[in-house]
Amino acid sequence: MNLVADVDVRLDGFHEDLHLEVGEGEVVAVLGPNGAGKTTLLRALAGVRPLTAGRIVLGGRVLDDPERGVLVPPDSRSCGLVFQEHLLFPHLDALANVAFGPRRQGVSRADAAAVARDWLGRLGVADVAYKRPRQLSGGESQRVALARALAVGPRLLLLDEPMAALDVSQRPVVRRMLRDHVGGSGISCVLVTHDPLDATALADTLVLIDGGRVVQRGTPAQVARRPASRWVAQMMGVNLLTGQVRDQRLDLGAALTLPVPGAPDGEARAVVALRDVVVSPVEPAARPVAPQGTPRATRWSTRVLTVQPIGDRTVLGLEYPVGLQADVPAERAGGHRWVEGMTVRASVDPGDIELFDSSAD
Amino acid sequence: MGGSARRRRRPPLPLLVPGVVAVGLLALPVVGLLVRVSWWTLASDLTSPVALDALRLSLVCSLWATGLSLLLGLPLAWLLARTEFRGKSVVRAITVLPLVLPPVVGGVALLLAFGRDGILGRPLFDWFGIQFTFSTAGVVLAETFVAMPFLIVTVEAALQVMDARFEEVSASLGAGRWATFRLVTAPMIWSSLVAGAALTWARALGEFGATITFAGNIQGRTQTLPLAVYLALEGDERVAVALSLLLLVVSLAVLVALRGRWLGAWRT
Repeated sequence: MNLVADVDVRLDGFHEDLHLEVGEGEVVAVLGPNGAGKTTLLRALAGVRPLTAGRIVLGGRVLDDPERGVLVPPDSRSCGLVFQEHLLFPHLDALANVAFGPRRQGVSRADAAAVARDWLGRLGVADVAYKRPRQLSGGESQRVALARALAVGPRLLLLDEPMAALDVSQRPVVRRMLRDHVGGSGISCVLVTHDPLDATALADTLVLIDGGRVVQRGTPAQVARRPASRWVAQMMGVNLLTGQVRDQRLDLGAALTLPVPGAPDGEARAVVALRDVVVSPVEPAARPVAPQGTPRATRWSTRVLTVQPIGDRTVLGLEYPVGLQADVPAERAGGHRWVEGMTVRASVDPGDIELFDSSAD
Repeated sequence: MGGSARRRRRPPLPLLVPGVVAVGLLALPVVGLLVRVSWWTLASDLTSPVALDALRLSLVCSLWATGLSLLLGLPLAWLLARTEFRGKSVVRAITVLPLVLPPVVGGVALLLAFGRDGILGRPLFDWFGIQFTFSTAGVVLAETFVAMPFLIVTVEAALQVMDARFEEVSASLGAGRWATFRLVTAPMIWSSLVAGAALTWARALGEFGATITFAGNIQGRTQTLPLAVYLALEGDERVAVALSLLLLVVSLAVLVALRGRWLGAWRT
């Protein structure tokens, strides 16, 4: 393992206590809601926030160990930092920003400029070398910030919400760029984000944290297939259904059962992707229909509690079963909008229900 | 459309009248000064031995005070903005106290601390023969006392506004604390640094109360421009007016320079 960190930080009533391992060239995404302790983790790794207890070892070198009184300052840690807002030095042009690190390592002015030019070229922004940060687009400044971090040859790259400040159209491009230049470089990378899409697109391993603790870790596929909690499921963009299997039907309570052919009786959890929950509006005149299953597609009626538009899609929060979400096209046929409180008919194809035994984990 | 625009343009009378009186109150003394200037003797008034001594002393002392404020105030501003320590609010209160303290009181306080019988002044004199009262060093000390807060307050505010993560990025790129300050922090707060130094210099140049109380009024040694103005007013009013005009011009120059170039040069 390149990075082995036991992070224990206490500050103002918040206690972060988690273990993190990152292999050579591995990208680990730390995923969690605001206030989960993501930034605290990054600051501890960067050396800006000393540990209260625990230990950080990078490439066999102890960076922080309060018990033994070891604390390597940020400027000799070899940790690259890229923030959401990019934080390019506003008084330097792009080239000087990238050359800043090599210069501090004692590289001559001319050589540092050559290194910087090379990195700008590799990230496809050689043409902005003499522009000031405020003249750059979001995507360009993101690339310059990454070039600046990579130009010092860090052992560990720390990315703090690298996509959040970009507009939606830029994100896939930058995501691909990150994957090309971070994933293939052999540098260990810790990516902190609240966006599951970034995490699954970039990371080899996901670490989900909440309240300063690790909730679950695994590959994106593992976590998405077997979320440890409803919250993890929500982060991964899937629905987690929990209930009892009886007679090959998953009983979700309150008279709703879904067919799960071949499943043994007992406690069970199932995952259903948001897009696999099919929702169609019910005419206002029609009476609400009591939940009832059929052997193939199971349909039930419920109300829409929340409507959250995301691009050309909309995520609906359904009243029943509790917490179920559906990802539907933003506009229904005929141009009607989804509204909160409307009655809908929901259905899930049995083939889209992926059952897993909770006791198996 | 034209009607509503016209209605908006005419300010309400109850505000207009006091406003005009206020401007008059502030402007009239300046006008009074300008009409009393005896322009044809201005050059000779400003080059009299008393005036030249005061001018030289004022420049030297105010520049020393500004330099001293930068040397001591800059580190303090950084500590206040970037570190947490016990009693920080007390320290901050102490640094801004001279802004609201009557300068004469400042002078008395300086006398009690650095005077011949002062808590620090006595050992300094007994052991090293250093004396601040009635000396040019005393003028510099008094001016620094009243002017340094301007630098601290301005620079600390700029540091608070600046995102400290720029410094974290700089450190992650291998820059030590001093390199980070020199190459990142200082350039980013440059406009405030210059503004703070200019304000400090202007305040030091105009310092009167603390100086005359603490350092006295000796021509060529402690008599700065404001003191010379005060003394000249008793005898040769023409010289007092000429020196006042000089100080007024300097003040205006600082004001114009701060408004024009330095405030808000670049932001992120």
